[in-house]
Amino acid sequence: MAQIDLDLAHSYRPNPQSDSDYALLPLKMSFRDGGAYALLGPSGCGKTTMLNVISGLVQPSQGSVRFDGKDVTTLTPQQRNIAQVFQFPVIYDTMTVAENLAFPLRNRGVSSAHIAKRVGQIAEMLEISQQLNQRAAGLSADAKQKISLGRGLVREDVSAVLFDEPLTVIDPHLKWQLRRKLKQIHHELKLTLIYVTHDQVEALTFAEEIVVMTRGRAVQTGSAAELFERPQHTFVGNFIGSPGMNFLPAQCTDNRIRIGTHTFDIPAQAQSAQLQSFGDFVIGVRPEYVELASVNQADAMPAQIVRVQDVGTHWVITASLETGGVNGSTIVRARLSAETAMLSAGDTAWLRIINSHTRFYKNEEMVA
Amino acid sequence: MKPVNQKAWFLILPVLLCVAFSAILPLMTVVNYSVQDIISPERRVFVGTEWFTSVMRDSDLHEALWRQLVYSFSVLAIEIPLGIMLALAMPAKTWRSSAVLVIVALSLLIPWNVVGTIWQIFGRSDIGLLGVTLAKVGIDYNYTGDSLDAWLTVLVMDVWHWTPLVALLCYAGLRSIPDAYYQAAQIDGASKFAVFRYIQLPKMRGVLMIAVLLRFMDSFMIYTEPFVLTGGGPGNATTFLSQYLTQKAVGQFDLGPAAAFSLIYFLIILLLCFVLYNWMQRVGTTDKEGAHE
Repeated sequence: MAQIDLDLAHSYRPNPQSDSDYALLPLKMSFRDGGAYALLGPSGCGKTTMLNVISGLVQPSQGSVRFDGKDVTTLTPQQRNIAQVFQFPVIYDTMTVAENLAFPLRNRGVSSAHIAKRVGQIAEMLEISQQLNQRAAGLSADAKQKISLGRGLVREDVSAVLFDEPLTVIDPHLKWQLRRKLKQIHHELKLTLIYVTHDQVEALTFAEEIVVMTRGRAVQTGSAAELFERPQHTFVGNFIGSPGMNFLPAQCTDNRIRIGTHTFDIPAQAQSAQLQSFGDFVIGVRPEYVELASVNQADAMPAQIVRVQDVGTHWVITASLETGGVNGSTIVRARLSAETAMLSAGDTAWLRIINSHTRFYKNEEMVA
Repeated sequence: MKPVNQKAWFLILPVLLCVAFSAILPLMTVVNYSVQDIISPERRVFVGTEWFTSVMRDSDLHEALWRQLVYSFSVLAIEIPLGIMLALAMPAKTWRSSAVLVIVALSLLIPWNVVGTIWQIFGRSDIGLLGVTLAKVGIDYNYTGDSLDAWLTVLVMDVWHWTPLVALLCYAGLRSIPDAYYQAAQIDGASKFAVFRYIQLPKMRGVLMIAVLLRFMDSFMIYTEPFVLTGGGPGNATTFLSQYLTQKAVGQFDLGPAAAFSLIYFLIILLLCFVLYNWMQRVGTTDKEGAHE
């Protein structure tokens, strides 16, 4: 187990010129010893590259990787003592399940008594004790991936266990079960776990801290609540939450926020002078915090309902707001409880947008 | 009783007809010859199993069969490991892999009789590069006079000609292994040998099976190269089964015994391939059945 510090950049090209040549833009990041982390982002955002840089399968083109302060940049995964589980199950066809689980230990010359003990423990943890003496080749994809997970967890002295979207091939109901298992294992063994995924639910339920990545950049690191309440970047607002954050163009004049033709009081979290200095900026508000208001209410504005969806537990309404500017109107989504949402497409509803949960963005970065 | 849909027979009828004309009918003419004594085109006598018994008792055949078996298994024992080693040594990516592939495949593009001719000249101790070199080094090498030299020359020629096929098949098998396997092995701390033993070899099993069967059948039926190189000699040192058969059928025009032997030859190949195939299947799948930790 180790604290992992990254201070690096990586490009798969020899002479990176522009930002788009980098798989990982220059970043500085620390993973606490014993923490459970998730790297979250869309495909191609650099999360797998970051994982492979940590494990040592990829050497960063610049900068360093440190484990407990020791520079390990040029060391192999074996020397770094890393365990990694891949997206698709990797099993050794000719071996039994038990031999598969024992393989990482046997390669390191662990005594056979200890191997048998560890294999037994891991098999029990993953509920594959019954299959220990079966050949691994004939098993289902689920079971194979469990073996891959088991091989990642079988060594107890590893610096960290890295998961590269390990549950992609697993059935949904087993996914929950396995994810819970991983959390449980994390609590029991206090290993540093880093988990790559593009599924926000997976990331939010698994990790204590989530690193949101896009286009080779880590835009925010924080807990699920932080990412939800205070997205530091419009990308985070958009990517986390379902539906994502609403963004509305706005200005600030005469100590009031102006959206289209309506003006509102400035909420406590923002300063008038700061907002005024920006000229144009963007208001971010979660669909959960858009409220239905009565007609002509002073802190609300009218919106044209475009679509109403029943999502079971609640309603999602899609509405069009007159925000002026180039496009004239902006689409806003609101999440409303079933009782309040007696609306249908074509209606006009008054929505209260600005409140204490509203965030302000300039150049995609949160400013207040 | 399950209901049987008899219409299915009509669907395989075209295939049956094709196979009948391409394989079964020609084979039946051979069967026909094998039980008759053809004295002249108009006169023929049914002789039953007489040709079979006489062929089976032929000591020339026994020698040829023995020679053939040793030869074919030597071919496998050399070409399969050598082909695997070649495939492992071949570069995986970039233009170099294409270049190496073309070079490796070159010998496969040469017609059989040309291969024989090339080696016939190559091995001559007066003008051939190999023959002259060996003579210079002081090795008494003469494939036209010495039985062992002739036999070895035919073997080396086959290795030169056909190992690339094994290498190409293995190379294809190796390239189909996803990178994740190598990465996982690296994470698991596997040695180079362990990677070969537990990843590369099992993943090559399918292509290796094809390679073994192809090389076995081809080498068991070898004809052209020894015919051009040594003509079966010196003595009978390189007379393999095909040569023996040709001598019987064309040389002496003993159609009956030749036909009987053809059938036996065919059955031997079928049997050996069947045994090899099943053995390899088992090696792959029950390798460690029931192994305990």
